Amino acid sequence: MIEEIIISGRNNPEIDPTLHIWGWEIPFYLFIGGLVAGILFFSALYTIRDKSSEYPTVVMIAPMFTPFFLGIGLFALFLDLSHKLYFWQLYTNIRWESPMSWGAWTLMVVTPLSIIWSASWVQDVFPNWDWKYNWIKDILTKFIEIRKQVAWLIIFLSIILGMYTGILLSAFNARPFWNTAILGPLFLTSGLSAGAAFIILLSKSKKEKHLFIKIDFMLIITELFLIVHMFMGFLAGTKVHIEAANLFLGGPFTVQFWVFVVGLGLIVPIFLEILELKNKPIPAYLSAILVLYGSIMLRFIVVEAGQASRWLY
Amino acid sequence: MERRDFIKIGSFGLGAVAFSNPIFNYLSNSVVLDGVTQGGGKRIPTYCEVCFWKCAAWTHLNEKGEIWKLTGNDDDPHCNGRLCPRGTGGVGMYYDDDRLKTPLIRHTVNGKQEFQEATWDEAFNFIAKKMKKISDQYGPECIALFSHGSGGKHFGRMLKAFGSTNITAPSYAQCRGPREVGFFATYGEGIGSPERVDIRDTECLVLIGSHIGENMHNGQVQEMSEAIDKGATIITVDPRFSTAASKSKFWLPIKPSTDMALLLSWIHVIINEEWYDKKFVEKYTFGFDELKEHVKSFTPEWAYGITTIKPNIIRKTAKEMANASPSVIIHPGRHVTWYGDDTQRLRAVAILNALLGSWGRRGGFYNPEKKKIAKLDIPKYPTPSKTWRDAFPGKYKLAGLALASGICDATIPAGDRDCSFKAWIVNGTNLISTLPNQANTIKAIQNLDLMVVIDTMPMEITGYADVVLPECTYLERYDNLRVSGHREPTIALRAPAAEPKYDSKPAWWMAKELAQRLDLSDYFPFEKEEDELDWQLKQMGLSLEEMKKIGLKKYAREYDDLYPLENLEDYEFNTNTGKIELYSTAMEDEGYDPLPKYTQHEEPPEGFYRLIYGRAPMHTFSRTANNPNLTDLMDENKVWVNPKVAKEWDLNNNQEIWLENQDGIVTSFPIKVRVTERIRWDSVYMIHGFGHTDKRLTRAYGRGASDAEMITKVHIDPEMGGTGMRGNFVTFLTEAPSKGKS
Amino acid sequence: MRYAMAIDTKKCVGCSDCVVACQIENHVPTGFCRDWVIEATSGTYPDLSMEFRSERCNHCSNAPCVRCCPTEASHIVEGGIVLVDADQCIGCGACIESCPYDARYIHPEGHVDKCTFCIHRVEKGQNPACVDVCPTTCMYFGDTDDPNSDISKLLKKRKWKTLIPEAGTDPNIYYLI
Ligand SMILES: Nc1nc2c(c(=O)[nH]1)N[C@H]1C(S)=C(S)[C@@H](COP(=O)(O)OP(=O)(O)OC[C@H]3O[C@@H](n4cnc5c(=O)[nH]c(N)nc54)[C@H](O)[C@@H]3O)O[C@H]1N2
Ligand SMILES: Nc1nc2c(c(=O)[nH]1)N[C@H]1C(S)=C(S)[C@@H](COP(=O)(O)OP(=O)(O)OC[C@H]3O[C@@H](n4cnc5c(=O)[nH]c(N)nc54)[C@H](O)[C@@H]3O)O[C@H]1N2
Ligand code: SF4
Ligand code: SF4
Ligand code: SF4
Ligand code: SF4
Ligand code: SF4
Ligand SMILES: [Mo]
Repeated sequence: MIEEIIISGRNNPEIDPTLHIWGWEIPFYLFIGGLVAGILFFSALYTIRDKSSEYPTVVMIAPMFTPFFLGIGLFALFLDLSHKLYFWQLYTNIRWESPMSWGAWTLMVVTPLSIIWSASWVQDVFPNWDWKYNWIKDILTKFIEIRKQVAWLIIFLSIILGMYTGILLSAFNARPFWNTAILGPLFLTSGLSAGAAFIILLSKSKKEKHLFIKIDFMLIITELFLIVHMFMGFLAGTKVHIEAANLFLGGPFTVQFWVFVVGLGLIVPIFLEILELKNKPIPAYLSAILVLYGSIMLRFIVVEAGQASRWLY
Repeated sequence: MERRDFIKIGSFGLGAVAFSNPIFNYLSNSVVLDGVTQGGGKRIPTYCEVCFWKCAAWTHLNEKGEIWKLTGNDDDPHCNGRLCPRGTGGVGMYYDDDRLKTPLIRHTVNGKQEFQEATWDEAFNFIAKKMKKISDQYGPECIALFSHGSGGKHFGRMLKAFGSTNITAPSYAQCRGPREVGFFATYGEGIGSPERVDIRDTECLVLIGSHIGENMHNGQVQEMSEAIDKGATIITVDPRFSTAASKSKFWLPIKPSTDMALLLSWIHVIINEEWYDKKFVEKYTFGFDELKEHVKSFTPEWAYGITTIKPNIIRKTAKEMANASPSVIIHPGRHVTWYGDDTQRLRAVAILNALLGSWGRRGGFYNPEKKKIAKLDIPKYPTPSKTWRDAFPGKYKLAGLALASGICDATIPAGDRDCSFKAWIVNGTNLISTLPNQANTIKAIQNLDLMVVIDTMPMEITGYADVVLPECTYLERYDNLRVSGHREPTIALRAPAAEPKYDSKPAWWMAKELAQRLDLSDYFPFEKEEDELDWQLKQMGLSLEEMKKIGLKKYAREYDDLYPLENLEDYEFNTNTGKIELYSTAMEDEGYDPLPKYTQHEEPPEGFYRLIYGRAPMHTFSRTANNPNLTDLMDENKVWVNPKVAKEWDLNNNQEIWLENQDGIVTSFPIKVRVTERIRWDSVYMIHGFGHTDKRLTRAYGRGASDAEMITKVHIDPEMGGTGMRGNFVTFLTEAPSKGKS
Repeated sequence: MRYAMAIDTKKCVGCSDCVVACQIENHVPTGFCRDWVIEATSGTYPDLSMEFRSERCNHCSNAPCVRCCPTEASHIVEGGIVLVDADQCIGCGACIESCPYDARYIHPEGHVDKCTFCIHRVEKGQNPACVDVCPTTCMYFGDTDDPNSDISKLLKKRKWKTLIPEAGTDPNIYYLI
């Protein structure tokens, strides 16, 4: 028998990260980041492909939610900070080695961009809208001229943002379960999938819906592939990585992960989507909601499990 | 006689609430000074009162002039500049906001007993009146003082002046009494405190039970570490894998209660193999032949059957000791009241040391020297007409000091005794969790006409008092000089670093005030304690002012006899024969066994486990259980259970269970299980001092369980009345017992 | 200069004096700590061995907590001591997640706190409070860049280990074994 105990000190929940340094705020913030990345990505993509009239929800309507989402996400991040009055310190430093830093900066860039991007579509969606101030109109007119070029920038930034939500975690060597390069692509894929699901929910056009069901289907398959790959990676890794994977393979997170994230959040939507594509009378919002649910659960569980996984010594 | 109810918080006077200012709780540790952590630099000397090792220390103040931290005095051989965790955390005693705050007097209001706050005047007048009445009615000898700690000296003077010498401490009959008697019978000298063991220079240290490292008596821990550095061999005999065991070359996981067999067999081997120090034995000892004859049959094979220690290990360890001889210490331990034959077991330890020639030799036992302090010019104390001994005719004849347990017993009226104790003054000892057999202690208390408790904290014992007097902590008062024997003599000063908090007062002031009301002012010739100290210091060519600067004064030895037998110098021992008595004539004269015998002790019945207990390095008995700094390190005790036993009972780590002993007594509170290989399968282990039942101890109340509660069977040492406390057995209750008692 | 600590597990008795001394010296609020003590027992009764380790921030030479800090609140000063500037820390928790030793905690005032190697004492030529108090004198503090320092000599003479070297943090607390 090996008995390793803390005999004094550190016997308080405040100091053991396993006991929740990060609560709901960070996973929620990561989910929002992914969702926004997904929405903006598709909006930009179909702008470049000139599909604004064919797929209006994707290109014009969905992005209008992103400034609000980002606001909520940033607020969640703010709530997580325990030294809130010093929040501004995030923007007096640029620390390339710190994902937290470049995440904050990415958001700093993405947020105004998302506002202006959304604004540039307002007149298309609400033809009667009047901006009141001429300077706004001028800016928007100029922006619309370069919209396609900006779309490329948005594609780039949304991929960064989507990846960032995973890399923030995978940069932490100290938490074996996060310490995998797959977390970036996985969270990006999951974010795109969440974006697609959001579009499905919003869209009134059957064509649009079908397109995104197809896209989402592919993304989910990719996600499943990445998840399997991730666990294979862990199991081929060191003792601590195996231990970390075991949290999900018979450990405390097994049911949550495999039933809720993989089962309800991925597998069930796949089947629903197949049925939807076959024009079976299945309401499309069902799979979309499940996908969003799976996406948020994925972050919660990964953040939780990462904090519970640790080096053994 | 009215029954004395244990007064709970509900009936505590109103005013006390006003004193419990939450600020103090915050202050206790979280004075965040913007990164400025070096205080104003002012430091005041003291010596530590968190245990009785009495390390000389400095109280440091922060720049606001508040008590900040404690550090050791570099010149002090008790601590060498390093306090133990309890001493470092001593600030918590001062900042503890659960402290006693005002004098309290028991009153009965509408049939309900409660404490009411009193002025000091009221409290003293009440006590003095009662003491006089008891004295008139039964004689002053019917008043006893129980004391553990510095205040004892002050109250002792008052009581002796009043006419009673019945002054006792639990550190004798519940602690080291058998050791002192066993060694006295052998060498004509006891061990004393700090123990005269030369661990620093030893080549082989044998610990029998003695769990140094958990038993955090500072100097010894430090010296053990030094010995490890120098490559000394450590041999530990303990049924539990103690901290010391983990540092040992040999750990002998003995079956508890069988140490005597091991000791006798070691003696057997060392004599038989002629590994003893022949010159030493020949020159200094008496009764070798009788001893040799006596141990003839105690072979390692014989001992194996009893102790479960393999014969070759017994031989190997005996050889190891002999190789190191005379630089070897079979440590006499300190808390030795285990199984009732403790004086005899300690005799065996003393004999073994004599055979190995370690007494008075480097690396063995040194000869401590103590400084003499000028005697006060006070009247002679009256001679009492009786003492506690009269209650025990023909018993405990070798007891050198009064027995706390004896006085407790002699308080319960008995047919054949014409007088029982009528009043107790209890200073700095929580008798409820200190004496074994709580029911007996409480019964004794019910028979008192007066009980005065002087304490700093609302410990259990205060709940039974008629009058509670709040003492200020050691950081807020002067006390007598610390004068203790060591390799070099030292004296140390305790001076206050802050005004007493609340309405608490120092013991010397209380004793003086009481004496005044008893018309005994002559015995307290000085206005203030500091005047007395200054006078004493001036007799030694020092002054209070100077001592405040240095805190501790170290003197060169007056006699060059640190190791008086190093070169087989002539020496006359203070025994009947003038020799080290392997065969004790004093024991024989009093009708006790002159040579130690093995007695078999009772074993746990089916489904029960022997309850053994000990110390945690960060706590002192019950006195630290509410200390905010130390509870932060450890806030409850757990019951250690061997994995095999845990499996059998289906117990898990941290599961809460209750213990029930052989007499059907159940712990007041549940205790968490610690499943660990560190304990034998026939025993369970817990740290003494937890499971407090007084709600006024907000941090300690109900945390863990009390070992003292489970110790209802006591095995009394016939020679000196020590209370053997390890003959109790417990079983596990996994469900809350239905509460019969409140 | 490279400050480091060596702790002799052969002498440490797990008394936790280092913990309480640190708390008091550095005004660490009750309920929190910058150092802590581990007791590790292995084997089966009676074939047992046990190790005590007093643990704290390792002042890693390759400190992930400094790298991941978005504000430069976590930084390294002369001698390799890793510090947190309370006025720059936003309390994002990234450094806490990044430390494989769980050496950091969030101070009730919001910022992150951890062992400072008692820089305020070291600057004055004193030892850290934990080192100074240890009754068994099993802790050694010094400069490992100086081959003549006591600690360098000790590390040459004795066998030692560091904690989780495979995490790549290059820790500077050595455990003599
Ligand atoms: N931290 C701390 N240190 C203290 C104190 C404190 O309260 N706290 N108190 C001080 C005082 S007053 C005293 S008297 C000393 C007491 O300290 P010691 O004199 O060391 O006390 P022991 O009773 O010998 O120690 C308990 C050990 O005895 C073992 N033991 C139990 N039964 C047996 C047995 O049958 N045979 C053998 N060989 N071993 C057995 C237990 O497993 C445990 O390891 O500690 C002093 N030091
Ligand atoms: N079950 C069990 N019983 C034991 C032991 C055991 O291990 N287990 N150990 C035995 C041993 S070895 C010993 S030495 C004794 C120790 O027995 P005690 O000395 O009675 O030990 P404590 O329980 O610490 O009680 C000390 C009391 O002093 C108070 N106090 C602290 N500081 C001051 C002060 O400055 N002034 C005043 N007036 N009071 C103060 C505390 O609040 C507390 O109530 O216990 C013995 N009894
Ligand atoms: S050994 Fe510890 S508790 Fe005892 S006097 Fe010394 S410092 Fe105080
Ligand atoms: S103070 Fe020293 S002996 Fe005690 S736990 Fe800390 S390092 Fe170990
Ligand atoms: S131990 Fe942790 S907090 Fe300290 S330097 Fe290393 S990573 Fe940073
Ligand atoms: S919590 Fe403070 S020190 Fe830690 S990474 Fe965030 S800003 Fe830096
Ligand atoms: S070096 Fe100072 S801050 Fe660090 S653990 Fe030791 S006492 Fe605490
Ligand atoms: Mo004791």
